[in-house]
Amino acid sequence: MVSFGDPGMVLKAFFPTCCAAADSGLLVGRWVPEQSSAVVLAVVHFPFIPSQVKEFLAQVQQTSQVGVAVLGTWCHRRQEPEDNLGHFLEGLSAIFSHEPWLQLCREKGSTFWSCKATRWQGSTSPGAPSEDQVMIVFYDQRKVLLSQLHPPAILPDQETGDAAAGAVGLAAVFHTVARSEVLFRSDRFDEGPVRLSHWQSDGVEASILVELAKWASGPICLLLASLLSLVSAVSACWLFKLWPLPFIWSKLSTCEQLRYRLEQLTLIFSPQKAENPSQRMRKANMCVSVLLDVALGLTLLSWLHGKGRIEQLADALVPVADRVAEELQHLLQWLMGAPAGLKMNRALDQVLGRFFLYHIHLWISYIHLMSPFIERIVWHVGLSACLGLTVSLSILSDIIALLTFHIYCFYVYGARLYCLKICGLSSLWRLFRGKKWNVLRQRVDSCSYDLDQLFIGTLLFTILVFLLPTTALYYLVFTLLRLLVITVQGLIHLLVDLINSLPLYALGLRLCRPYRLAAGVKFRVLEQEAGRPLRLLMQINPLSYGRVVHTYRLPRYGCHPTHSWGSLCRKLFFGELIYPWRQREDKQD
Amino acid sequence: MENEQSFSDICGGRLALQRRYYSPSCREFCLSSPRLSLRSLTVVTSTVWLAAYGLFTVCENSVVLSAAIFITLLGLLGYLHFVKIDQETLLIIDSLGIQMTSSYASGKESTTFIEMDKVKDVIINEAIYMKVIYYLCILLKDPVEPHEISQVVPVFQSAKPRLDCLIEVYRSCQEILAHQKAPSTSPQAHQKAPSTSPSIQKASIVSRGK
Repeated sequence: MVSFGDPGMVLKAFFPTCCAAADSGLLVGRWVPEQSSAVVLAVVHFPFIPSQVKEFLAQVQQTSQVGVAVLGTWCHRRQEPEDNLGHFLEGLSAIFSHEPWLQLCREKGSTFWSCKATRWQGSTSPGAPSEDQVMIVFYDQRKVLLSQLHPPAILPDQETGDAAAGAVGLAAVFHTVARSEVLFRSDRFDEGPVRLSHWQSDGVEASILVELAKWASGPICLLLASLLSLVSAVSACWLFKLWPLPFIWSKLSTCEQLRYRLEQLTLIFSPQKAENPSQRMRKANMCVSVLLDVALGLTLLSWLHGKGRIEQLADALVPVADRVAEELQHLLQWLMGAPAGLKMNRALDQVLGRFFLYHIHLWISYIHLMSPFIERIVWHVGLSACLGLTVSLSILSDIIALLTFHIYCFYVYGARLYCLKICGLSSLWRLFRGKKWNVLRQRVDSCSYDLDQLFIGTLLFTILVFLLPTTALYYLVFTLLRLLVITVQGLIHLLVDLINSLPLYALGLRLCRPYRLAAGVKFRVLEQEAGRPLRLLMQINPLSYGRVVHTYRLPRYGCHPTHSWGSLCRKLFFGELIYPWRQREDKQD
Repeated sequence: MENEQSFSDICGGRLALQRRYYSPSCREFCLSSPRLSLRSLTVVTSTVWLAAYGLFTVCENSVVLSAAIFITLLGLLGYLHFVKIDQETLLIIDSLGIQMTSSYASGKESTTFIEMDKVKDVIINEAIYMKVIYYLCILLKDPVEPHEISQVVPVFQSAKPRLDCLIEVYRSCQEILAHQKAPSTSPQAHQKAPSTSPSIQKASIVSRGK
């Protein structure tokens, strides 16, 4: 056969636990020479015709691209030791030549096995075979077949061809078992030429519900995919592209959330199958996330519509807005007086204070105008909960933004005024020292001013300096209010993000079927006896919960501000406007 | 073959090292730390409850007392499940790999297995903390550059045995690793004779370790 591995290494025989009770026969599997390990996949029972066995294995090799071969013999002595069986088994090594030839033997009622691995080539004394030291590693075939290693041993683009050679180390065992599915299709109860024992020996496993679901999913997917494409076509209609509608859509977080959900649903119900396991997991995670969202939304809906809560909510809304406006008025009156003992410039103070008070008055009139329609609006908004809890939370966030629009306006006015003042001050400060800003060279240069320029410049500078505390105070107060509103909105968005991106299917899989998500393997040494080969049990080491979330987290539309704290403070100091939701335009994946 | 010996850790506590030689190519070392003592548990619980009772007399709210009980229970469960490591095991199997298991007081076991292809060597490294301490660690090969070390994995991190215990474990590990180093033809800079006293790597590698 091919290369026979390093004679110094201990030979490892990976034996499936399901075959430990099987009758005597031939061992069929794959030999990995680099690690000197023999992965046993199944046991072929007597009676068999050697040529048919070879034909069957060649077929399997061609279909699955895994180098399956006869590795040796398996002897399970149920009665008294049978010498003729022993001779018969030894004779088989001449028919199916394989280097090294494994001979596993198990006595009835004994937990200890005996194992021999003989090689003819490369032995020190010609004519007599050399024996290797053997270690038996038991593995659960079903779990190894279903599990997925993280990080994946073979990258998805290397799947074609004889990719089984690409996996290194113990990943080769996983890969061999996973790729040999075609070998597991026939078992010992079939009428075919070969009778095999493997993990499906007690009958091929299948579930009626799963098969029915698979059969029904085809037409349902087509129907839903066509519905969703209709919805996306309608939303891409030219009517919605007229200005100022795109501007409004980009500012509302509800539209973002709806668009995100539409994309997810399109992906879930797309008729093409997922190619690799990570895409399948992504689809499953999205599906479970959408279902949970809708379930929570329906709970909220049922809670809202019971016991007249909608009327209570609508009745409470206008007084709350009134209360907020009243508090703002108090705040402005306080600022117009002597806030915290600071002495303001009376004239500027009065101007700014009256300007903002008038704004508040306009806002309250607007709210009172809307009050008869509030209940109807709230009822319709409550209906949106059936689209999902995330949509309701986004609508709540938008309502908060609309109700506190006047705070946003005040912040913008205060910031602009402060920014102008700071710009003016810095420029006049340079004039005061006899310098100016060279736009061409982007640096500060000295400049000789005329006397009248200097005079007016210094006057303006003094005026601005003495008016600075008033403007700065107004700016500070309104920035704090704006930051408070942003914090509340940010918390809501965080919750929405959590529901959107948490991979619930993967977490559920880790909880209920931990062997499916494998971080690696672990070994346990079984009962030992001197003189017998070492027996180990290989179990799957599951991925930790933190890594599951990290690997399978769903992509979300960016809502976290990418400013660092330093740049934020800098912007606040210079009066530049902060846009926390700017990143909505460029989605991150 | 089983063997049990008593050592002490760097803080002076008692440790028990249990050695099992399953076969010439498979050995296991098990370090057991002393269990959670009743005295420290009683002391901590009494302080927390006395503080809660003091708070209760000040603010007259019985929620404080129930909160204290809740916190004590949760804290104890969390400590047993996430912090207190009772036993650390090192299983070394020739031509398969090295496995490290930590068993927590609540019964939880956390296992890491490193394949033999990735192991470059097992060494005793010196670290300068408040005093000089020694720790056993596994050097991993860099997949790209086979002669470079990509990672240093410390072993027995919570038991922290002293040098005498580490030398025993080191000698046994080197006997097994010698099987796998001997047939390879590439020159090994770290080749150590297993029966001589171990060479202790100086602190140049300390910065790369955890």
